[in-house]
Amino acid sequence: MNKTVRVALVALLCVGAAACSKKQEVKPQAQAPESMAQTETNQTTGKYTPADLDTDACLRQRVVYFDFDKTEIKPEFQQIMACHAKYLQDRPMSHIRLEGNTDERGTREYNLGLGERRGNAVSSALQAAGGSASQLEVISYGKEKPVCREHNEDCWSKNRRVEIVYTAQ
Amino acid sequence: MIKPMHKFSSSLAVILLAVAALFAGPVTAQSLNIDIVKGTLTATPIAVVPFAQQGGTPPSTDVADVMRNDFNRSGKFRSLAKSDVVEFPAQGSDIKFATWRLLKQDYIVVGRIKDAGGGMLRVEYELWDVNKQQSLLAQAFTAPAGDLRGVAHQIADQIYEKITGVRGAFWTRIAYITAVGLGDNTTYSLIVADSDGFNPQVVARSKESLLSPAWSPDGRKIAYVSFEGGNSNIYIQDITTGSRQLVSSHKGINGAPAFSPDGSKLALSLSYVGNPEIFVLDLGSRQETRLTNNLAIDTEPVWAPDGQSIYFTSDRSGRPQIYQTTVSGGSADRITFQGQNNLKPSVSYDGKQIAMVQGNGNVYRIAILDRGLGGQLRFVSPGPIDDAVSFAPNASMLLYATTEGTRGVLYSVSNDGMVRQRLALADGSVQEPAWGPYRQR
Repeated sequence: MNKTVRVALVALLCVGAAACSKKQEVKPQAQAPESMAQTETNQTTGKYTPADLDTDACLRQRVVYFDFDKTEIKPEFQQIMACHAKYLQDRPMSHIRLEGNTDERGTREYNLGLGERRGNAVSSALQAAGGSASQLEVISYGKEKPVCREHNEDCWSKNRRVEIVYTAQ
Repeated sequence: MIKPMHKFSSSLAVILLAVAALFAGPVTAQSLNIDIVKGTLTATPIAVVPFAQQGGTPPSTDVADVMRNDFNRSGKFRSLAKSDVVEFPAQGSDIKFATWRLLKQDYIVVGRIKDAGGGMLRVEYELWDVNKQQSLLAQAFTAPAGDLRGVAHQIADQIYEKITGVRGAFWTRIAYITAVGLGDNTTYSLIVADSDGFNPQVVARSKESLLSPAWSPDGRKIAYVSFEGGNSNIYIQDITTGSRQLVSSHKGINGAPAFSPDGSKLALSLSYVGNPEIFVLDLGSRQETRLTNNLAIDTEPVWAPDGQSIYFTSDRSGRPQIYQTTVSGGSADRITFQGQNNLKPSVSYDGKQIAMVQGNGNVYRIAILDRGLGGQLRFVSPGPIDDAVSFAPNASMLLYATTEGTRGVLYSVSNDGMVRQRLALADGSVQEPAWGPYRQR
């Protein structure tokens, strides 16, 4: 059952009860525990829908961070791999572009290679979790698109990342 | 010594660009601010007397100034400051050598500019040895008034060669990328300028990243990487006509182009085979030859001067190091063993020196490996975030990129690391330098 339908049903149940409908106006983003519960609902009752990309706590996480000089997916990102892989399975026409990025150290061309290596690592993890290779593409920006421009490890750790971008939902 | 020059306000520069873009022909780019940040006292002292104006309207270019800056930047010479020039001889017979000996000058240059008619100027100069009171050179150039900087660079080249025995490389051009604006509003430009950073012209412009400009050996074309199509693709563009062709657009990375010494081939790094590998693309037949085959990142190929082998960056040993392989492929030899990371080789004209970016911990500096000196390694930059380097065609100087604050800047540095000159943009970054070949007279 997707979020929109579920909210609509709840709203129907609340018709005529003013206090009830006010409570239901709370934005889904602010309801982390409820969203988690909803993930379970989806997984037990059916498949992800595009709406879940905006509401599901796991699917909304679309950045994978890496340690310096590393391309391994850290354990804390395995759950994200699983839910995005499930989305790819549930939505065979969906498509993800994996954008590989690096910190500023080293040359631009070598960092293009590093960014691609990280993108490929995420692609492999998504395929291992059930995603299809045809739904995945990797592009590397190397160090061309930093999100942070200071010269310290805190900043570098934010730039060593792969962004999961849905080009078809 | 700080000499800020050409300080356009950025808004003025932008307006000029917008107007210029409406017309065909070269587009003037935002000027670089140019400062010398370090000097040396061991260089040869030379006095360049302001050239005398003999008829016609005084040109806007001070020929002697351009030459003084060339000499200082090279690290080989220390030119007498203009304010210390006390006498103004226009020809050899006017020189009072005692004066210049007192000023401890080894050489003196005098000259004069005459109206040659039809908008042309005749520039005559003489080089004298102060101690021997001997004339070493007496030459003349006739050129359009608008090309006096070019004439000054050519005179400096002749003097440099006469005294050092090495061909001068002041009358050459450089290419680089500028990035102006932040985030999605960044505009990237491929620029070609004189070797001293003057006369910048826009070759290409994009809302997406441009990188890795590489000169054709005749100096007429530049190959570069553009993300304008979403992915990294390689283009070759004619500098004069602006016409360009897409030469590589495989899936994955199309990067690091480098023209062969004869201009007929392009070495590049392509990842459509799974990971970045070195290829040679024949520009005539469009045939690709693969030179490397492993799971590592192989990139940044450059040709040895004889065209028979290629140097490149590879992390097949776990960290990036410089390797060399023949153009027919086969095994590659690792040539760097000092330093944690060595990247992006640039090879001197004689193949004896290899400049590279060397990273140790978080510090990335420019190093030169001297194969003629049994593999001695020396640093020519202070770091810590240097990321590209390119030799001048005579290897007497190098251009490299670094970051200061959040701004990318270029430095030219003398081969011994003693003299550096900053090339910076008033607002925006300058990066990815590539020193062009000698120009045809």
